[in-house]
Amino acid sequence: MAGAGELAGAGELAGGDPRAGREPGNLSGVRHIILVLSGKGGVGKSTISTELALALRHEGKKVGILDVDLCGPSIPRMLRAQGKAVHQCDSGWVPVFVDQEQSISLMSVGFLLENPDEAVVWRGPKKSALIKQFVSDVAWGELDYLVVDTPPGTSDEHMATVEALRPYRPLGALMVTTPQAVSVGDVRRELTFCRKTGLQVMGVVENMSGFACPHCAACTNIFSRGGGEELARRAGVPFLGSVPLDPELSRSLEEGRDFIQEFPKSPAFSALTSIAREILNATPALLS
Amino acid sequence: MEEVPHDCPGADSTQAGRGPSCQGCPNQRLCASGAGAAPDPAIEEIKEKMKTVKHKILILSGKGGVGKSTFSAHLAHGLAEDENTQVALLDIDICGPSIPKIMGLEGEQYVEDNLGVMSVGFLLSSPDDAVIWRGPKKNGMIKQFLRDVDWGDVDYLLVDTPPGTSDEHLSVVQYLAAARIDGAVIVTTPQEVSLQDVRKEINFCHKVALPVIGVVENMSGFVCPRCKKESQIFPPTTGGAEGMCQDLKVPLLGKVPLDPHIGESCDKGQSFFVEAPNSPATLAYRSIIQKIQEFCTPRQPKEDLVSS
Repeated sequence: MAGAGELAGAGELAGGDPRAGREPGNLSGVRHIILVLSGKGGVGKSTISTELALALRHEGKKVGILDVDLCGPSIPRMLRAQGKAVHQCDSGWVPVFVDQEQSISLMSVGFLLENPDEAVVWRGPKKSALIKQFVSDVAWGELDYLVVDTPPGTSDEHMATVEALRPYRPLGALMVTTPQAVSVGDVRRELTFCRKTGLQVMGVVENMSGFACPHCAACTNIFSRGGGEELARRAGVPFLGSVPLDPELSRSLEEGRDFIQEFPKSPAFSALTSIAREILNATPALLS
Repeated sequence: MEEVPHDCPGADSTQAGRGPSCQGCPNQRLCASGAGAAPDPAIEEIKEKMKTVKHKILILSGKGGVGKSTFSAHLAHGLAEDENTQVALLDIDICGPSIPKIMGLEGEQYVEDNLGVMSVGFLLSSPDDAVIWRGPKKNGMIKQFLRDVDWGDVDYLLVDTPPGTSDEHLSVVQYLAAARIDGAVIVTTPQEVSLQDVRKEINFCHKVALPVIGVVENMSGFVCPRCKKESQIFPPTTGGAEGMCQDLKVPLLGKVPLDPHIGESCDKGQSFFVEAPNSPATLAYRSIIQKIQEFCTPRQPKEDLVSS
């Protein structure tokens, strides 16, 4: 393995493919892995994960999404993939392609539930076991980015995900918060989790950052303001941007439309594209 | 039992002590002997402790960020407005304990003489401290909260939960099994992405025979403070809580609109009822709280009054 290690180092220094010298297995064809974390529930991790995947695809990248929220798997519905069957191949599960061009693939426990209203009432060890399987037994193939959406908290799912992904050296974690102190309070703890588990923080995204009334354009800070930027500053990590509340975004995701295609004039669209570009620009530096 | 193997089948499973991952676990012999299958003595101990607690209500969702903690805190404030009502608020969100902040508490446990709070947040020395615990350790904490806290004479014990249907939820239901929970209040927001998780939570309640007091639809519409026109920020594209409640035959307790003052009050640790006593959101909350009280303490049926 010493030879493979040297190869990997040389490859990265020369700006080469980080897959060189990678661990064998189903993630060996994945160039970059991004975890989307929060600590706080309901801040928009799944929404941001989905939109980030769409934005990266629009920048020409091949993207996979791994949804490790076992109790509340939201992403199949957002991408209008609910009810799709998961097939097996020699290497394991074949992820579900959510578009015609097969540029976005998705794996979620949502696909494995017979009845979507059935609760996954599992204790930690069983959840950890499934997450390990999702990491090792999904045949992702060649991907530029794998976006990993997580549930809120700092518990079994998060530990299992970080441990299982460790050999593949994730690019880092994207921290999602909303502006108010109650959210920032939980995200601070998530930042500690990242520090303790050796996960690099790529930056903070502040979601639900202000609402522009569609009738009169007055902006109201429904969920307070400023918390995300302040958090990033205090933690010494980049502030990647704010995404405003956009009911059209909610409606579009509810109905599984390709939001980026349909609403180029939305304030949320420009915010998300800018965040995706920041990540693309930052990728080489994060690798070193 | 602090450290368990990653693939621990669970102390109460049929594979306890016998599974491949049990090899080398310090508890293997104990589990294989069937001790794990015996009821936890804590359940009886908790039943004793709960004798002085009249009503126990769980606040659940399934979905994160819908306002469970906000609702729990304000339910507590509302009930405690009657100084003769003793209220206790227990926060079992071990990883993301929001209740201390929302109630404006740093380490003290009493908001008012008749409103006490317990949360893992009080046990953390810094706001940056993360509670990175696996399920079994979280369960242990919840057991301690229920068994070892001196609750005293309490009219309402409110239990705020984290999102999901996992260890914390199973544990609180199991540990309170002998003590009788009045029921669960389920909080949601109007959109389908929340409802799909909330339906799972309602199914969880049915599975564990937990009565559903009703559903609260939070963030239900927003009235612009400038032009006063209403917008649906989280649109009820599939019928909202109302549609879901009709389908699942559970009561809809009420709808609470989005009000920026709510978030501000929570950040400052103050009761929103005091900050904005006449806001539509406050009125909605009060009506919901009244329905919850009526569920817990139903009035005597008329026939009984006539015959006595």
